[in-house]
Amino acid sequence: MAEPASLKVSVWRGGEQGDFARYEVPARANQTVLDVVTHIQRELDPSLAYRFACRVGMCGSCAMTVNGRARWTCRTHVRKVVGADGELELRPLANLPVIRDLAADLAPFFDKWQRAQGRFQPKDAPDGAVPEDFVVVPPASKARREADAGIECIGCAVCYASCDVVAWNPDYLGPAALNRAWTLVNDVRDGAHGDRLDAVAGDAGCHSCHSTQSCTERCPKNLDPSSAIAGLKRRLFWDTLLGRR
Amino acid sequence: MSTRGQTHLWVVQRVTAMILAVAVLVHLVTIIGAVRGGLSAAEILGRTRGNGAWFAFYAVFALSAGLHGAIGLRNMAAETIGLRGRGADIAWLAIGLVTAGFGIRAAYGLFA
Amino acid sequence: MDLRPRAHPTYLAFVVHRVSGLLLALFLPLHFWALGSAISGEARLDGFLRWTENPLVKAAETGLVVLLAAHLAGGLRVMALEFLGWRKRQKDMVAISAGLALLVGLLFLLNVV
Repeated sequence: MAEPASLKVSVWRGGEQGDFARYEVPARANQTVLDVVTHIQRELDPSLAYRFACRVGMCGSCAMTVNGRARWTCRTHVRKVVGADGELELRPLANLPVIRDLAADLAPFFDKWQRAQGRFQPKDAPDGAVPEDFVVVPPASKARREADAGIECIGCAVCYASCDVVAWNPDYLGPAALNRAWTLVNDVRDGAHGDRLDAVAGDAGCHSCHSTQSCTERCPKNLDPSSAIAGLKRRLFWDTLLGRR
Repeated sequence: MSTRGQTHLWVVQRVTAMILAVAVLVHLVTIIGAVRGGLSAAEILGRTRGNGAWFAFYAVFALSAGLHGAIGLRNMAAETIGLRGRGADIAWLAIGLVTAGFGIRAAYGLFA
Repeated sequence: MDLRPRAHPTYLAFVVHRVSGLLLALFLPLHFWALGSAISGEARLDGFLRWTENPLVKAAETGLVVLLAAHLAGGLRVMALEFLGWRKRQKDMVAISAGLALLVGLLFLLNVV
């Protein structure tokens, strides 16, 4: 696509209530959306609030809504998302409280990881002590492959912001927390499977997922939270039917 | 309703879905076959009257459809108009069973 | 509603599944009640069937058959994901679902008209 000389950037300003401000930003080769935001804040309007840290797709802090879709802005090239006349529309992530401008409050998102028992609990040492010996986990075993499939989550909340069930049911744990729970349910070293499956069952948990797969569609790390949630459903189905819980 | 109860509703939804997957297929094939050359009461009743297998099929079909539909409506009502809670769940279950009852009545009419 | 974040095949499959499910769930009590009332004798049933000869009713029936087939096919997609863990072929399944629903509708229409 021919690149326009400048970008017409609409940026959300304010909190829950607010409006778009418009900025003209010079277009450059290999420019990322985060570069555009940084240009606005450094050159045009220092009062703009946004969040970033690593700039290389590791930390998960720079996600925003870019032209309607949640994306990690540091690894999103402008030319991939820009409109024909150089328009960019930037909003904070959806489904989360807005702190100010482009910064969303991720506290509810991480609270739900806690509620989904997203922490590893060693089987041998429930009090958190170091186990006496190593556990042998064959990397090719089925459970380990299931766990590995979801382990690279960077906690950017793109999936959470893309999920309609989160919007419809504020108690819903969301794709990232459920994906984390599924990796732990498949971790043979973990000793809290029963509690965790209780925590992710029901209307606030995996059973509300309707497999729209927006999470899988949008995950910048190409993870598949939708399948992780399906895995939790499958485990709970057989456990319930066979009276194992 | 407890998360345990919610899980059970979901399990019922999926078990009925599996039954319905087969039953709907049979239903669709029967419909498409039956409408060939027009429907007549004699033809339908000739197939079903006194036939215990058809009655059992339609009774199970109606029960599954009634429950499956009501649980689906429950989820939609919770998500779109925020209708949640124990009272609502009991009401939906009752609606499902009454609907199924109507279906079984119709199936019995075909049988007797 | 902003359609931009929702424009992908599996979201569309969800919408079709939900709308068809809603309409079928509303139709179901009506269907059962009408049949239960009509099946009180051959004459009454024939009277009811003659009513269904009405082109408007036929069109509605075709719509219902398509809804049923679409809901069936969409349900198979969901269960393939949930119970068989089919991941990669989800988009193909959406297309197959749509095709199946249209095929069944067409078959019904060809037979009924």
